[in-house]
This record gives sequence, structure tokens and C-alpha cells, in this order.
Amino acid sequence: MSVEQQRRSSGGLVQSLLLHLPICGHVVHHVWDNKNLEESNAKRNPTDDSPQHDIAIVGGGMVGIALAASLASKPLTKHLSVAIIDNNPLLGRKNTIERGHPPDPRVSTVTPATISFLKDIGAWKYIEEQRHAYFDKMQVWDYTGLGYTRYNAKDVDQDILGCVVENKVLQSSQLSCVQESDLQKTIYPARLNSMDMLPSSSLTGLGEVPSTKDLFMRGRLAKLELNDGNNVYAKLVVGADGSKSRVRELAGIKTTGWNYSQNAIICTVEHTVENFTAWQRFLPNGPIALLPIGDKFSNIVWTMDPTEASDRKSMSEDDFIKAVNDALDYGYGPHPETTSSGGSSLSWLTGDVNISAKERFETPPKVLKLSSERMMFPLSLRHAKDYVSNRVALVGDSAHTVHPLAGQGVNLGFADACALSRAIAEGIALGTDIGEANLLKRYEAERKPANIAMMAVLDGIQKMYAVNFGPLNALRAAAFHGAHYISPLKKRIISYASGEQSLPLFS
Amino acid sequence: MNQMQRLLSARRLLPPSLLPPSCFLHRRWFSTSETDASSPSLPSTHQKIQTFEGRASNKSTASTTSSLNEHELAKFSAIADTWWHSEGPFKPLHLMNPTRLAFIRSTLCRHFSKDPSSARPFEGLRVIDVGCGGGLLSEPLARMGATVTGIDAVDKNVKIARVHADMDPVTSTIEYQCTTAEKLVDEGRTFDAVLALEVIEHVANPAEFCKSLSALTIPNGATILSTINRSMRAYASAIVAAEYILQWLPKGTHEWSSFLTPEELTMILQRASIDVKEMAGFVYNPITGRWLLSDDTSVNFIAYGTKKNDLGDI
Repeated sequence: MSVEQQRRSSGGLVQSLLLHLPICGHVVHHVWDNKNLEESNAKRNPTDDSPQHDIAIVGGGMVGIALAASLASKPLTKHLSVAIIDNNPLLGRKNTIERGHPPDPRVSTVTPATISFLKDIGAWKYIEEQRHAYFDKMQVWDYTGLGYTRYNAKDVDQDILGCVVENKVLQSSQLSCVQESDLQKTIYPARLNSMDMLPSSSLTGLGEVPSTKDLFMRGRLAKLELNDGNNVYAKLVVGADGSKSRVRELAGIKTTGWNYSQNAIICTVEHTVENFTAWQRFLPNGPIALLPIGDKFSNIVWTMDPTEASDRKSMSEDDFIKAVNDALDYGYGPHPETTSSGGSSLSWLTGDVNISAKERFETPPKVLKLSSERMMFPLSLRHAKDYVSNRVALVGDSAHTVHPLAGQGVNLGFADACALSRAIAEGIALGTDIGEANLLKRYEAERKPANIAMMAVLDGIQKMYAVNFGPLNALRAAAFHGAHYISPLKKRIISYASGEQSLPLFS
Repeated sequence: MNQMQRLLSARRLLPPSLLPPSCFLHRRWFSTSETDASSPSLPSTHQKIQTFEGRASNKSTASTTSSLNEHELAKFSAIADTWWHSEGPFKPLHLMNPTRLAFIRSTLCRHFSKDPSSARPFEGLRVIDVGCGGGLLSEPLARMGATVTGIDAVDKNVKIARVHADMDPVTSTIEYQCTTAEKLVDEGRTFDAVLALEVIEHVANPAEFCKSLSALTIPNGATILSTINRSMRAYASAIVAAEYILQWLPKGTHEWSSFLTPEELTMILQRASIDVKEMAGFVYNPITGRWLLSDDTSVNFIAYGTKKNDLGDI
């Protein structure tokens, strides 16, 4: 049940940073389509019926499938035998999303760095065939009316700032890549019950061709017991099973973190015109974001305290739409003034005042109607103390759950998948056992600092906005002005958000 | 002979059969040798030479481990597990290994026109690892597809290597022998590629050793050696720092005067009909804990050469 897709959804954006949310959703369970198991690629040892794989990915969500797709795209790893363990029945199907249908509220904002990763693994062409929405402008402002800032892709010499894609589109596109690849994949529609790996030992029987069980006894394979009674053996187990990761728990990896006393409401809404800008406004209890998702639809991510969230979730549709329009317009406070005064006083700081710095404050397009149910979920921050242990690696939300404020969750997860598949490829190139700790440590060393940096930034922004205190509001406004006018700083912020600086491996 | 006596007296400090596992670390911090006390020319180990001709092709018929009793098996297994524990006392060596493997993979792929993007580019190549120690080099080579022979003059090393290789079907095909390069030359064995990493600084006669390596290499085959330079930096780091100040290695582990400079190595290889084509240095970054290939050959270096086609060319 730990499918990332179920938990994930989209976000809004802050200053420069894009957002992605975990979500606890409900998925209807279908009877598993058994034809997916017809072609079992697991190596079976004649003396032992348990299948043996190179890698077992627990969790077939966006990040787990991204890892499989990334492995499938590399010459050194494309022939690996990979097990995907997930009881999400959608995994086995081709799911194409019909155009006429309103977009699912669970969306992700992918950064240019993620887009280039998805292009590399061959998934982007499938995404382009389906609904997605590029945006090249962002506007961030707050309820005090003291400041606003607008970002434009032109500022960093790019065509776009990001792209909003439904999670199911992201997942099915990557799955198509995996299905069309040479990767020897086997999908196990089950949940992980227990996991065992023994320390390396050469004490058990030698000489004959070792059975899978022998290899397990010698610490060369991890053993996974599934809830359908199957046992699966693999050299490496990857926990891609979300923020409540069972793999992480079974590996005994501790986490640190806290819950924010905030909930987020997500939903799809419809306008009269098409939206091309990502909008975010900071309100006293948290930000509200309006992201384009294609056609005349937008996605709403509204963060607020839990009581308010329950109210907003249960209020009538009309009242909710009214509340949204209010929150994106004159509710809680005035529009910021269009910036001539602040601009002149700070203009000495700016080497060159670029075009978007002079762009006027705009009001987001009005929301006409609600096009999906309203979903609600709590926000938290969680970070695994280790990303790897003996024959185990964690990727995505199982390693780090970030505040969804900036939508970096799935982008960090894709970067994890990319880094891990690259480490595995290096290991194969150098003839190492892919479950070997040193190899996995290299993945951890690459990703942990980047993820922690992003988590710290997001947590800091959350804390800054979680307090409604006069002087701090003024400071915040000044920060907006600063970010708006000091062009090099702004460029850096955009670069960071679009993944260029945090993800050197993509360059 | 003086040199040989010094070597032997140094060895006496560490009788191989009494070495506690942690002693295997000595000198590897810098030299990355896994060939502890395994100078192929040590006469004391010759008596233990066993030959396993033919076992590579038919693994089940002969194996070093087959002669081990349960007690011995347990003893060697424990050491093997320590040797191979990547976070254990051999951690520095495990960190070094990817770097030298990267050099070997890249040079051999070019030499034999193999596809570097293949998972098993060495399929069909016969490779010998002279001074194989616990098999840290032999096993990755086997995973890259090579048909590997590992030899070590120390019987215990060979047993450790055998026990560990048998843990994985891919590496269990490695042929391990307790023997010397000279002995295999006498037996007329040849290989597509001959590797001797961190061995030459411990042999009595480097020139003769290189001739043996050359004789093991087929014409147009590849030979790869690595060792420590006779430079002031090498002296400072490998001997003064490692042996005396930090005491990572027992004093007397290295004889600085017996080290070869890259130029000397090139020359003696040339005389043994091997043209050195490429040389690289290993540089340790204490902050990242990683070794990198570099053009700085002043401490640790590795050389790749090709065996001349026609011996008359010299």
C-alpha cells in the first residue's frame, strides 16, 4: 500500500521553489492482472524455488519506477534482473489519461533538471503526449501587501521554469520505458512483510553450485518475505516505499523530523482562460498556490492549520471557490503596490534591472469551479539518518520527506534515483557486488548533503512564514523586494529551484 | 643477495601463518598491496606449491578448498570475512580498489578493443593476477567476464581467496594457485593480460620478475604493474608517516632503496620486451577518503604496457 503515487500530489510554489506533496489517498484495489507475471524473469535455481534478482525495488511509485527506468536506460545496467514489489494494481496496466477528463489533483512540479533526467531515460516523450503544463512565470506575494516578486524564465536564459504533470502521467510514462526496455523485470503484486540479510560469511557449504539459500546464508543475498507467501532474494533492496517506508523500518534505519501543525488541501479547479503562471501567496496560516495544469485547469495547494483545513474541506463547493478567489485576491490584506518606490531606493544595488523586475503585480485568474474532490493531508519533515545499510538503499520519500512548500519532494526523489542507478552502473563497471556497502555509500555521499540543504531551506521558509509578527512581516517584505531587485541573487534562487545547482550530476 | 636477505628478515617479522588479520593491513594504506608477504620469489613458500592445472576448466575436480578440513575452513573463513569486510581493517584497500580497477578496465578495453559499456567486457580474456592476496582484484575481474587465474606465494592467501570466491557463482570459476610467476613460466602458461599490482617492490630481482611477467604474456598481450615510487614524497608518506609516525604498518615493511622510479620500471620492462604505453598516479584525498587517478606519479603509480610481437625487436 506504500505506493508513492497514492501519497503524492502537487504543490504550489514559494519564492522560487516548486512544490510537491505527499498525500494519503485511497486507491481502489483491483484484482491483479496475472498476465504480468507470465513472463517471469527471475533466475530460479533448480535446487531452490525462490526467485533471485539483482535488485528488488520495494515501492513502484514515481521514484521506484524512475530507478527501474534509469537502470533500463544505461548500457551497463539494462540487463539487470529487477523485481518491483508493490501491490498497486495500476502498476501492471497501461494507463492512458483521457484528455477530456479533468486532471487529477495529485500533480508534481518538475524542474528543468528533472525534465532532463526524464529525457535521458526516455520518459519525457510519453509525458509530452499527455497532459502537462509548462510555465515560464511565477508570482509570489504575501497578504500584508508589503511585497511581491515575479520570476521569469528569461531571467535565467531558460524557456521554462518548470512543468506541472499529473503523478499518474509521470508514473505511467516511466513504466512504459521500463516495459519497452531489455530490463528483466518482474512485478510482485504484494506487500513486504519482512526482510533479512546475514553478515557476509563463507562458513556454509562450499564447492558445489550454491543454492539461493546458500547465497543468503553467506550474506550475498537479502531475503524478502512478501505477504502473499512468496520469498524473493536480491543482491540489493531499494526502499522506494514512501515516507512510512517498511524497508527503512526493517533495516533499522532511524529518522529525525517533526510534524508541522499544518494540513494541506489539494484540488483541481477550472478557469475561464488558460493559466500560464505559477502563483503563490503567503497567508497568515500558510501559503496558497495555484499551478497551471493544462487546458483551463489549475491545481490548488493550500496550506493551513488543521481546524481550518477540515472546515475548508467540508464547506460547500461554492463557498470553497469563493474562499479560494478571496485568498488569491483581496482576502487577508491589500494587493502589494506596484513597486516604483521600493525600486528606486534599492536600484543602486542592482547591476542591471531586468525586464521582469519591472513587471507589474498581477491578479491570478479567477477560479470558476471545482473539478475534483478536495484532498487533505498533514505536513511533516522527516529525514533518514542513513540512506544505506547492508544491501539496502533508500530513495525518495523513504529517505527524506520535505515540507511540500517548495515542491522539491519528487525532484529530490528523481535525483536520488538517478544517482543510485549511476552508482550501480559504476559498481558493475568495476566488477563490484552491487549490494556492497562502499558502493552504496557513494550514493549516500552524493545525495545526502543536497537533500539536507534543500530540507533546511524549505524548513526555514516554513518557519519564517509560520509566524505572524509585525516586524517579521516587514522583514519578509524586504526579502521579497530584495529577491525581486537584486538580479544576481534572484538568478541564483531560480537556478537552485530549477535544480541546476543542487543537482550537479545533471549538468 | 643482500637485498634478498633484507627482504627475508623483514618477512620474519611477520610469519604468514601467525599473522593476525589486522596485520594484513600493514603497508596497504599506501601501497594497496593485498599480496602480503607474497613475494613470488620467496623460496620458503616454494615447498607449498601445488598445481591445479586443468581445474579452471573443470572446477569441481580440483579446488584448494577441497583439501581443507573443517577446522581449517573455519579458520580461513573468519580471516576471509575480515579481509573482505569493506568497513573493516582493510577499508583503505577497499577504497583504493575502484580506482585501480578503473585504470585496468579502461586500458584493457582499449587494448583488446572491448566495449567499455558492456557489463562483461573481458569475456573470453585470460587474465592472471600475480600476487592475488585475498582476491580483491581477481573477483572484480571475474565479474567483468575475464577467465581469471590468481596466484600467490603464500598458501594462506590463496586459501582465503578460494573460500571467498566460492561464495558467489560468478567468482567461483577463478583458478587460484599457490605458486609463483616463475613456476608458471616453467609450466608454459600464457595469458592475454598479466597483472602484478604492488608486488614488484617486494621481489628480490625486479628485472627477472618483469621477464617472467613478460613470458606469461602472449605476444601483443597487455601487462599492468603498480608500485611505489622511490621519491622523497613516497619515503615521507609510505615509510616515515605510515611506519614510524602513524604506525599503520610495521617498521621495516618497505625498503625504500628497493623501490623503482617510473623511469626505471619503464626501462626494465622495455628490456623484458614490454613497451610501456601509459602510466598514471594514484592520489589519496584525505578529505573525501577517495583515491583518484592523476598524472602525479610521485608516490603510487600504475603502468600499462604491451608485449612486443617479436622478441627479436629488442
